[in-house]
Amino acid sequence: MPAISRDEVAHLAGLARIEMSPDELDRMAGQLDVILGAVAQVREVAGDDVPATSHPMPLVNVTRPDVPRPGLSAEQALAGAPAQQEQRFRVPRILEED
Amino acid sequence: MSELTRRTAADLAQLLSSGEVSAVEVTQAHLDRITEVDAGVHSFLHVATESALADAAAVDAARAAGEDLGPLAGVPIAVKDVMTTQGLPTTAGSKMLEGWVPPYDATVVRKLREGRLVMLGKTNMDEFAMGSSTEHSAYGPTRNPWDLNRIPGGSGGGSAAALAAFEAPLATGTDTGGSIRQPASVTGTVGVKPTYGAVSRYGLIAMASSLDQGGPCARTVLDAALLHEVMAGPDPLDSTSLTGGYPDVVAAARAGAKDGIAGLKIGVIRELHGGEGGYQAGVLARFDESLALLTKAGAEIVEVSCPSFTAALPAYYLIMPSEASSNLAKFDAMRYGLRVGPQGVEGPSAEQVMAATRAAGFGDEVKRRIILGTYALSSGYYDAYYGSAQKVRTLIQRDFAAAFAQADVLVSPTAPTTAFPLGAKLDDPLSMYLQDVATIPANLAGIPGMSLPSGLADEDGLPAGIQLLAPAQADDRLYRVGAALESLLVESWGGQILDKAPVLDAKTLEAIR
Repeated sequence: MPAISRDEVAHLAGLARIEMSPDELDRMAGQLDVILGAVAQVREVAGDDVPATSHPMPLVNVTRPDVPRPGLSAEQALAGAPAQQEQRFRVPRILEED
Repeated sequence: MSELTRRTAADLAQLLSSGEVSAVEVTQAHLDRITEVDAGVHSFLHVATESALADAAAVDAARAAGEDLGPLAGVPIAVKDVMTTQGLPTTAGSKMLEGWVPPYDATVVRKLREGRLVMLGKTNMDEFAMGSSTEHSAYGPTRNPWDLNRIPGGSGGGSAAALAAFEAPLATGTDTGGSIRQPASVTGTVGVKPTYGAVSRYGLIAMASSLDQGGPCARTVLDAALLHEVMAGPDPLDSTSLTGGYPDVVAAARAGAKDGIAGLKIGVIRELHGGEGGYQAGVLARFDESLALLTKAGAEIVEVSCPSFTAALPAYYLIMPSEASSNLAKFDAMRYGLRVGPQGVEGPSAEQVMAATRAAGFGDEVKRRIILGTYALSSGYYDAYYGSAQKVRTLIQRDFAAAFAQADVLVSPTAPTTAFPLGAKLDDPLSMYLQDVATIPANLAGIPGMSLPSGLADEDGLPAGIQLLAPAQADDRLYRVGAALESLLVESWGGQILDKAPVLDAKTLEAIR
């Protein structure tokens, strides 16, 4: 049984907001299955007594003086926008039509 | 003075400060070299001819005015396209960011500007730094100057090839699982991944935030140290940047070359030496030769075991895609970057535009990793995959702690093979991933690593690399041992390794077009 099915890949692609053609799903499902097969062994390596590490170095709180400093101007922030209107990002509709 | 392009950064700095050459002359020589060879090598995605010459002229004017300039002022540098540069395009090798000109500088880039280095342009890379061959660049692969039909490593293949082709004396890189060290290994150059947090990640387009680290690429250990010193330092804009504990790497490199390494203990990592892992015979032969040189120089070689390293690659290929899938969610077609509408949909929703844009803007490898990360983080799988991988990370840190109790520095071959032919691993992602088997543990543990050339493999005459690893915040040990080994190797070769690289003449370059 494969570690990951084509349907699962289609579902994940939806969650990740990536449109995929049927061909692409076939190819991706096969490759991901091989990769998952190879990484699945991590489940057997560490026992329950091993704590998880999320960050490589011990982190400490850092603070800096609470002094205002200039940020990007509206013009700079909008410079790379795909579309803009009235000094704002113009986006496709975010609500259903009705 | 065409041989300017063959000088080290340290030499150029000397010539510039003594006034023997101008920054404009040095910059022009490198721009000419880029014009001569880059159509074939394709190290650069963008060449900043105008701004480079203007910056160089400003350095010359400042020097003439008696201003106090940094040690590398006027020395040209190639910048990996993952670093944001105000006024220069930044694509991270992706169609998603084609034509994007960032409104701000990465902290590293700001430091380069403050040090008055001259940015020649932006170097090619695997898309969003995902890959080990630079073939995943949306703008076509970079070619290895040692053999134009082979890969220059990745993701920082553009930076490494620019050095090996004498297009730049210095370059920047980022290393998430080996993207500085593996390209260095296969191009006969030097690359360093500093301790996690030593170089600010602000403005470095993120792949995996707990693993990403910027670092120097150069042709010599001393040059890497000089650039390391410019790049490193605390940064209020990166809350994970180290607040202290920055060793003097330049002094360490000078001391290593001068005083040697007698009495140092060097640990060979059993799990990264021969047997399994598909290490090429010529890579191992050069590695063993380096060990013999170190022994002769008075170092003590011990064998150390890091049993959990066998799980490093699997753990990495869960942690990295998990973080990447989250980091790349920002490419949503709304504020910057590509936006395309879905085919045949009238008045599409933001969500449909997002999905169509991400389909068009991301390449296959990026999609694979986003899907893999989305899977590993989804409920029901999180503990089994992501959670287990984080535990492996703890085991790897413990292995390193035990190994560093027995040795000052650890060593292994950098990459299991020399440069492979373009296309050889493109359809087999897993075999591509295996290129990083020896470099990944350092990223998982946050410790610093260096790759330097160990010689040419007998079977193919291509460069092999040796990797040095040191405890966190002891980056100076890499430079001390690296400089010592480099001087022993260069003496045994009777010259620099890149002197043996084939000449990139018009005929060679024409043949691949």
